[in-house]
Amino acid sequence: MRPIPANAPVIEFREVAYVLPNGQPLLRDLNLQVQRGETLVLLGRSGSGKTTTLKLVNRLLNPSGGEVWVNGAPNAETDVIRLRRSIGYVIQDVGLFPHFTVERNIGLVPRIEGWPTDRIHLRVQELLQIVGLGREIVSRYPYQLSGGQRQRVGVARALAADPSILLMDEPFGALDALTRDQLQREFLLLQERLNKTVVFVTHDLREALRLGSRIALMEAGQLVTVLPPQDFLRSTDPLAAAYVQAFGEGLNSVATRGSE
Amino acid sequence: MNVFHFFLQHHEEILELTLEHLWLVGISTLLAVLIGIPLGILSAHWPVWNKPVLGTANVIQTIPSLALFGFLLPVPWIGARADRLAILALTLYALLPVIRNTYTGIRGVDPSVVEAGRGMGLTGRQLLFQVELPLAVSVILSGVRVAVVVSVGLATIAAAIGAGGLGEFIFRGLAMVNNQLILAGAIPAAILALTADFGLGWLERRLQPR
Repeated sequence: MRPIPANAPVIEFREVAYVLPNGQPLLRDLNLQVQRGETLVLLGRSGSGKTTTLKLVNRLLNPSGGEVWVNGAPNAETDVIRLRRSIGYVIQDVGLFPHFTVERNIGLVPRIEGWPTDRIHLRVQELLQIVGLGREIVSRYPYQLSGGQRQRVGVARALAADPSILLMDEPFGALDALTRDQLQREFLLLQERLNKTVVFVTHDLREALRLGSRIALMEAGQLVTVLPPQDFLRSTDPLAAAYVQAFGEGLNSVATRGSE
Repeated sequence: MNVFHFFLQHHEEILELTLEHLWLVGISTLLAVLIGIPLGILSAHWPVWNKPVLGTANVIQTIPSLALFGFLLPVPWIGARADRLAILALTLYALLPVIRNTYTGIRGVDPSVVEAGRGMGLTGRQLLFQVELPLAVSVILSGVRVAVVVSVGLATIAAAIGAGGLGEFIFRGLAMVNNQLILAGAIPAAILALTADFGLGWLERRLQPR
């Protein structure tokens, strides 16, 4: 691998377009950089292209035009399996393997990467602690867990091989308000400690303001604006303003990270 | 002389024909599994194959069994021996439930599980063997179960072309208007079918993912 300058973006979209096989465009002229250690939130309504953008990073989708650079190289030139194993991926439906125990779910990538068993075991223990789950849970199956526990296991699984990048697609969207609040709080602590480069998809402005270091607002397959949370609240952009209005009072207290 | 006595008197022949019957069913089911599961996987993963594969299997299923035996008779090597012919015909009939259930089982795996697996960097092979097949196994097995039960019944007809099996008793009994002979073929065949149904059903429940 070639050396990457410290200030180079970890992920970079260059003139990216994505068109469905039937000709319907989902994404146009996307230029976006994600810096090391930041949490970039993709905010927008359903169909705005946030999930498409996310899936272009780990090549679950391939762009129809332009390039996506990951860690200083076009991701189309990286072996797709290697690329995906170096990027953690968390989705709303979690997608835990129902026939595997928690331990096997979390340890799957390390196992296929050929780690020795005791190292996997230690790593699983460590990860459970990081995501705030007790050790007794390792031998349980996904159907024996609550929604919150499942998503914690999902996060632990994504972190298993210590990827520097984490892609999260509405990870807390299906949880009840209380559990969501708790997991958001833990996410901030986790992020302080692990300092991953995170791309986080949500349609919830409150969540975006709380978790993001920058918010990328998307609409109809295009990037509208990219702003830090405090600036987002003051933005004169009509769509951003409409969002702020729709979510109502009390947003200022949520937006912890201002314009630096 | 009642049926019971008849069974005692002819137990050696009944056993021999039962084993022959089992062999016909066993080999043809094995072949159907070896051919049908890959075809099912193929049509589940590449939709273009779905119609031709399932369509062909469907058409085969609609051919009357006696006619199928007749069609295969002139085929070289196959037609030369009755048991080869019977095994081929039984295999062809067993294909549809195996292919269809493999297809259904794999398509029925929760898409979010597959997406998570792909996103984590599992290769296609790892995804298939560690995720899709284990999660589809009980559905696939229920297809095998149907195939076996149908084959046990169908294999009795193989005696019509001289392939042996419990059908020998049935055809002989029909020719001689002898109910005991018919029962000597029909009862063991029914027991075989029920045993296979029960055993595979049990296995299916054991392997059912939660």
